[in-house]
Amino acid sequence: MSNLLTASIGRKLLMSVSGLFLILFLFVHLFLNSFLLLDGVFGFERGQMFNAGVHFMGTNPLIKIIEPVLALGFILHIVYSLILTLQNMKARGPQAYASGKKTSGVEFASQNMLVLGIVIASFLAVHIINFYMKMKGFIAWEAGEVEFPFLGNMAKGEDAYSLVNATFKILPIVILYVVGSVALAFHLSHGFWSGFQTIGWNNTKWMPRLKCISNIVAIVLGGGFAVIALAQYLFF
Amino acid sequence: MENTINITLKVWRQNGPKEKGRFETYKLANVSTDSSFLEMLDMINEQLVNENKEPVAFDHDCREGICGMCSLYINGRPHGPDDDVTTCQLHMRKFKDGQTITIEPWRSAAFPVIKDLIVDRRAFDKIIAAGGYVSVNTGGVPDANAIAIPKVDADEAMDSASCIGCGACVAACKNGSAMLFVSAKVSHLALLPQGRVEGARRAKAMVAKMDELGFGNCTNTGACEVECPKNISLSNIARLNREFLSAKLQD
Ligand code: HEM
Ligand code: SF4
Ligand code: FES
Repeated sequence: MSNLLTASIGRKLLMSVSGLFLILFLFVHLFLNSFLLLDGVFGFERGQMFNAGVHFMGTNPLIKIIEPVLALGFILHIVYSLILTLQNMKARGPQAYASGKKTSGVEFASQNMLVLGIVIASFLAVHIINFYMKMKGFIAWEAGEVEFPFLGNMAKGEDAYSLVNATFKILPIVILYVVGSVALAFHLSHGFWSGFQTIGWNNTKWMPRLKCISNIVAIVLGGGFAVIALAQYLFF
Repeated sequence: MENTINITLKVWRQNGPKEKGRFETYKLANVSTDSSFLEMLDMINEQLVNENKEPVAFDHDCREGICGMCSLYINGRPHGPDDDVTTCQLHMRKFKDGQTITIEPWRSAAFPVIKDLIVDRRAFDKIIAAGGYVSVNTGGVPDANAIAIPKVDADEAMDSASCIGCGACVAACKNGSAMLFVSAKVSHLALLPQGRVEGARRAKAMVAKMDELGFGNCTNTGACEVECPKNISLSNIARLNREFLSAKLQD
């Protein structure tokens, strides 16, 4: 185990494990966000499902433990992405090819992972200021108090739904969310299968399967977040 | 009937490792489309010698795609515009009359230019020397049925063994990574019983040497696989990751 992280493959392992963990988190996040659109479907009143979900997340001790792990995941992923990219630029050398790069069939995303990551990170900063900082009480907001069904009873909590809904009425923010989601989709269209390749879970049989799953993950996550923001803007 | 073309060459010239390089432009007439790319370079050198100029230095040896000496980044691609061939196997019929052909050396910090189009690829030899072999002499050829080897493994081992160490993978890689080369070398031994025994030690030693020599971290872009003249598969890299990580976990 010694000096695993000083080896190139060890550094990649960190990128991969942190990235795949972030994908897992995004699925949970998307599931919760889908509540924003589903009140009508399940016969709840406006915002009840989402507010109950936020209440659950805010009060569940497990989430309290996962939160710092998640932050660590982001930090590791970003710090190592910068270290790796700098090392790779150095390994590549300063001299560019005068005749360019005409290699065909290389995924666009795979060549631009850092740029896509930076777009995601910028989006993330705005996203955290918009919602996380407010819901966690770092930034003051009109929380209000609403009632919603919760685990069989009625519970009282803050009106997170109205905050989200009001935020998604601002067009530039919706556009930013769509741009961030598209960048995420591209990042994951490569990142998902690349992450499995890095931990060694790949061979000639699994390559097409992983690439297919990769595209599905990219479309579900990227498309999901974008559609929810757009639907909130247009219909809610 | 023989076809000929007239071409313009833009060739990287560099007097030595520490000197500043530059492109020089040469015109070459009546190149047979049946000739190989290296024969065309022989023509340009003959022309330069006749003009009392210094010929272009480039690497080559077997000229039949088996030794891995020839290199050259031609019009934006390692080993030129054809797929799955080395530069020595590239035909001039892949070019058009009047075309300008840009020829550059491999670009990678671990492959410094020695002169003109020749780069120092001894880094690959050092990686092989770190562990790319079976360390004991295993004697004569045993009966083929003495140790049964699944056909799939034998095929994959042969496929990975076809790497000729040309370095096109590094030249094509935006990260200057040598993972396709190293993974091919680790794989062809790891897949067969004699090489398997030293698998863990080999993976660790070769990766450590690769890192030490300044090759980059692989991000699986796959440009290497596209440009490899021997079609070495990206799945070898997954195997190398597997070999390396499980070897490290056992320590
Ligand atoms: C929710 C956010 C993110 C998720 C889910 C995610 C996911 C992933 C995954 C799964 C990989 C593949 C790892 C591997 O190949 O071993 C990856 C690679 C990478 N990520 Fe992210 N990432 C996210 C955000 C970011 C951010 C914010 C940055 C940079 C500022 C970034 C930069 C990179 C880079 C440079 C790579 C390396 C390319 C590669 O190895 O394939 N990512 N990401
Ligand atoms: S993997 Fe392919 S491109 Fe790389 S050195 Fe071997 S033969 Fe050349
Ligand atoms: S000269 Fe031997 S492979 Fe091209």
